Amino acid sequence: MADLVKVENLSVSYKIGGGLFSQNYLKAVNNVSLTIKRGSFFGLVGESGSGKTTLGRALLNAVPISSGSAHYDDGDVSYELSKLDKTQLADYRKRAQLIFQDPYAALSPRMTVRDIIAEPIEVMKLASDREEIDSRVRTIASRCRLNLEHLRRFPHAFSGGQRQRISIARALVSDPRLVIADEAVAALDVSIQADVLNLLKSLQKDMGLTFMFISHDLSVVAHICDHVAVMYLGRLVESAPTRELFKAPKHPYTKALFSAIPSLNPDDQGTAQRLEGEIPSPTNQPSGCKFHTRCPHAIDICKKEEPSLQQTDPQHEVACHRWKELFNT
Amino acid sequence: MDTLIEVKNLTLKFKTDEGLITAVEDVSFSLNRGEVMGLVGESGSGKSVTAKSLMNLNAMNAVYSPESSITLHSAQEEIDVLSLKKPADLKVVRGGAISMIFQEPMASFAPSITIGKQMIEQLQLHSDMSKQKAREISIEMLDRVGISDPSRRVDQYAFELSGGMRQRAMIAMALSTKPRLLIADEPTTALDVTIQAQVLDLMKDLVKDFNMSIIFITHDLGVVAQTADKVSVMYLGRIIEEGSVRDVINSPKHPYTKGMLAALPRLDDLDSPLKPIPGDIPSPLERPSGCVFNTRCGEVLGDQCSADIPSFTSFGKSRRVACHLYKDGSGA
Repeated sequence: MADLVKVENLSVSYKIGGGLFSQNYLKAVNNVSLTIKRGSFFGLVGESGSGKTTLGRALLNAVPISSGSAHYDDGDVSYELSKLDKTQLADYRKRAQLIFQDPYAALSPRMTVRDIIAEPIEVMKLASDREEIDSRVRTIASRCRLNLEHLRRFPHAFSGGQRQRISIARALVSDPRLVIADEAVAALDVSIQADVLNLLKSLQKDMGLTFMFISHDLSVVAHICDHVAVMYLGRLVESAPTRELFKAPKHPYTKALFSAIPSLNPDDQGTAQRLEGEIPSPTNQPSGCKFHTRCPHAIDICKKEEPSLQQTDPQHEVACHRWKELFNT
Repeated sequence: MDTLIEVKNLTLKFKTDEGLITAVEDVSFSLNRGEVMGLVGESGSGKSVTAKSLMNLNAMNAVYSPESSITLHSAQEEIDVLSLKKPADLKVVRGGAISMIFQEPMASFAPSITIGKQMIEQLQLHSDMSKQKAREISIEMLDRVGISDPSRRVDQYAFELSGGMRQRAMIAMALSTKPRLLIADEPTTALDVTIQAQVLDLMKDLVKDFNMSIIFITHDLGVVAQTADKVSVMYLGRIIEEGSVRDVINSPKHPYTKGMLAALPRLDDLDSPLKPIPGDIPSPLERPSGCVFNTRCGEVLGDQCSADIPSFTSFGKSRRVACHLYKDGSGA
């Protein structure tokens, strides 16, 4: 499979505070490299403050890229995201779309579902007359299992799961290639969550979409994604095919993250490896490996040198000084 | 073990412009001292409203049915919680015998008053201790919940603490009056998994140290499995299944409990597809007749499910299921 997105040494900094002569920056995403294959379901996990949302926004060109590059190539067009001109950006907006977390906040309460789904078509001028707009809206709505009756109503008449299906329809109406789903099921109840996940998966197959699925919920990611990347404090610490990552994580952080998930088995207690402390503030980052302050295996070199991303298997990468001795079984 | 609190036939409706909305219907359970109970259900299932009733803390438009009763037992007396009217009487229950912690710790602390001042205020409300003594106890409690440098933290504001710290401070505050029951309403939902694990460990420790009972309200069955002794599953205001955590999670009987477990992505089983429960949770304005779950149930037996409300069938001492499938007591 060809690559849809290829990110190289990408950093995103936000300016915070500072005075006339001094400027402080917060590096939300720090030197990240990854590739997303066409037609894949790419998972991005990490705790709050790890930079996963910022990375997603950078791929949508919604925040400026400070350094490094992000290359997009869907076969029809090929863009360097930091160097888009106005017409290219307008075209890229059709090709890359976003699904938000909170389906209650993401939909205007004063627009009908039809108008909500039609708005991207109108803004991007994808259709000339009302009839064509309506037919596109109807097609995508039925794909997202909304019926014609639903289109006339306002969002308040819908449950959380239905609203999220409306958000999905709106994101997909411009026929994008890349969809960034930022915590798209986090606000939903379990019985509804499974339904939306199954819908995303079937839409991906039917429409040939590529998903970047940002989530803090590892069980969800394990079920839906083909490949998962783990972030910590703006860095990519591990990236591997889902099965491999969950079976044999090679970074102590990934391992700790997995063992922190409360098990459904009441007898399965105490074996969990607990992480001490909390994720450090991004404005005051530790030296060396960013994880050394909480890592149970940290040694001297971890405090001094930042580990680079190393390939351990064809598609498995890890950034840890000690992965070989710790996890190479 | 002795009973701490007993809830009988709790039915609660809210008066709204659109009419009376049933939030909780015919809920009964009891909790022993030192016991941890999980109250599980999706949004709108009535779990928070049920818990708030224990402190008579629901909004002014709440109407309790005449059969509803909540009795709080202590060595000296029995308190009929729902009959309490005077602020002085309510104070004995609210923050005295029962404390509550909430999901979003940032919203629970006043932003412009230091943590310490808030802790001292409530200690003084519930006892006649001096300010100095209350401050000492506050610092001691902050230390107990694992906040480093508590004598400095006590003078900080909520925004100066991280999410995990805030929830620890919230727990410290709730426990400083030595309540007999702690109601924890989704206490770890807003936290990252690694922090959640720390907070859950802390709570498990505290139950033992303080010999207190906890009602854990959550939608996360994993959290319940790791913390609770017994669990009650709620759907649309009714308890539909209850029993020990082990029984309910390992061999669910009610179709809703089964469905919820099948819909849950499990790390120990990546191969089976996720099975959503069909349909949506009905609006509280359109409560289904008969069994509340019959509109989404895959095992409907026919007319009786939409006509009659199923009564509980007991399995052993502590296990009860409200479903027509088990009417004969044997189980299908």
